[in-house]
Amino acid sequence: MIRDITIGQYYPADSVIHRLDPRTKLVGTLAFILSLFLFRSYAAYLVATVFLAGVIRASKVPFKFMVRGMKAIVFLLLITVVFNMFLTPGEPLVRIWKLTVTREGLELAIFMAIRLTYLIIGSSVMTLTTTPNQLTDGMEKGLRPLNKLHVPVHEMAMIMSIALRFIPILLEETDKIMKAQMARGADFESGGVIKKAKSMVPLLVPLFISAFRRANDLAMAMEARGYHGGEGRTKMKPLHYQKRDRAAYLTLVVYLLAMYGAKRIAGF
Amino acid sequence: MSIIQAKKLIHDYQKIGEDGKTEVSSRAVDGVDLDIAPGQFIAILGHNGSGKSTLAKHINAILLPTHGTVYVDGMDTKDAEKLEDIRRTAGMVFQNPDNQIIGTVVDEDVAFGPENMGVPTPEILSRVESSLKSVGMWEYRDHSPNRLSGGQKQRVAIAGVVAMEPKCIVLDEPTAMLDPMGRKEVIRAAQKLNREKQVTILLITHYMEEVIEADHVIVMDQGKILMQGTPREVFSRVEELKEHRLDVPQVTMLAYELKKSGLPLPDGILTVQELVDALDAARAQRGSAE
Ligand SMILES: Nc1ncnc2c1ncn2[C@@H]1O[C@H](COP(=O)(O)OP(=O)(O)OP(=O)(O)O)[C@@H](O)[C@H]1O
Ligand SMILES: [Mg+2]
Repeated sequence: MIRDITIGQYYPADSVIHRLDPRTKLVGTLAFILSLFLFRSYAAYLVATVFLAGVIRASKVPFKFMVRGMKAIVFLLLITVVFNMFLTPGEPLVRIWKLTVTREGLELAIFMAIRLTYLIIGSSVMTLTTTPNQLTDGMEKGLRPLNKLHVPVHEMAMIMSIALRFIPILLEETDKIMKAQMARGADFESGGVIKKAKSMVPLLVPLFISAFRRANDLAMAMEARGYHGGEGRTKMKPLHYQKRDRAAYLTLVVYLLAMYGAKRIAGF
Repeated sequence: MSIIQAKKLIHDYQKIGEDGKTEVSSRAVDGVDLDIAPGQFIAILGHNGSGKSTLAKHINAILLPTHGTVYVDGMDTKDAEKLEDIRRTAGMVFQNPDNQIIGTVVDEDVAFGPENMGVPTPEILSRVESSLKSVGMWEYRDHSPNRLSGGQKQRVAIAGVVAMEPKCIVLDEPTAMLDPMGRKEVIRAAQKLNREKQVTILLITHYMEEVIEADHVIVMDQGKILMQGTPREVFSRVEELKEHRLDVPQVTMLAYELKKSGLPLPDGILTVQELVDALDAARAQRGSAE
């Protein structure tokens, strides 16, 4: 189950979306997420659905990979939906025992569920079609102006890309340590919250030790390969906007206009 | 001129003592002299804690000598201005493949070194291609390193060093975490670089079969060089090696035992074929004596 998290897992394929400049994809994802929160209406979400479906089609990534990322947040999603449904004051719809589902609550819950789902799928599209390095390259180049304000843009990008590379490795390691401890009779499942938290200690200690060892090794390997910060570095694949990026930005503008129109014109 | 030269190299590690305050220093490398000619394939042996890794890290200026000097292609590793040149002259491959791959895609990782060196983009691309091809990993260029086998990962790590076009590569137990197949892949890649590109190779290993094809073997013990010479010379001294609890190749051991029990065999037999030939010769000799 641990390896099901798709964030940071690249799916190699040859598609228009894969070939887009990472900056385009970053801006696109951000605009998409913002649009979900700005244009709250069924009609607008219909437009968003069509747009998202189109992008997924174009990305050539099997849909099941997108949904995989969802598993990690199913719990969060459920909590959000339930809380919104029962705790929003307004016009009562159904009454279960002492809890009332209100019209406003139900609507809020539906919107929240759609938003969260699309948010995860939308960002999965980005991480599945962009290698983390491209992503951080995109951020590095996109945020370069901040360098003048002494924001360590390159260092931040490097930290992110390394974190992304090691997340799957550390997750796998967690899995391994867990199994090793279980084989020696450790019990991670039963008991209350406190007991469970306590049983995590023999898991976390070796994990931290190994993470530090890895960090140490990696720092040495980077140094050995002549890493000395962002200064004077060249790139194997420098970022240049292409024609397709212009087309993508245009599509994005059309999408945002459609969202705006859908919320304004269609009255639902 | 020699590519690597160490003169009376000593390295002390500083450790915090038991009481948490006083600094204790422990000597990991103790007066090592080295002189390695370009294009050689050197194997370094020695059991755990004998200072092999510490020595190796000096060649790439990751560690600096406490006393003595190390020269890499004539450059003193203490010279901070030469640091970049030293690192591009002597590359380093470490034991754990996971902890030295920086990129999330194979070709991005191989490009990391040249990018740091400021190599222009078109040249990075050609270097990445040729170095991945030289270790037979070109088909995997757009794979995630996480999905490769240990041997493949280690070959990617080698390609990452090769792309910096070093004159010398130090491999610190590159096969320790691999299965026999992976081990062969990695050693073959190193041998190929040595033969075809005349890259000097320093291979630290615990596996005897990786040692016998080297040009020169260095045996370390407690921070000192215990003995050195060709594999044949070194493995002729079975007694001495056993005294220091060091391995010898199995065939060598067998030949040694046979000789001890009376068969007329030469010292330092390294391969099964050599032993077979020597046994044949011994039998022929006995046949003619009767
Ligand atoms: N970072 C360090 N700090 C303190 N002491 C160290 C450090 N690294 C190594 N040592 C000590 O220095 C000595 C030599 O270690 P080194 O790693 O060079 O040995 P090695 O021959 O590479 O062993 P192995 O075969 O286990 O890799 C050991 O006694 C070790 O405990
Ligand atoms: Mg070592």
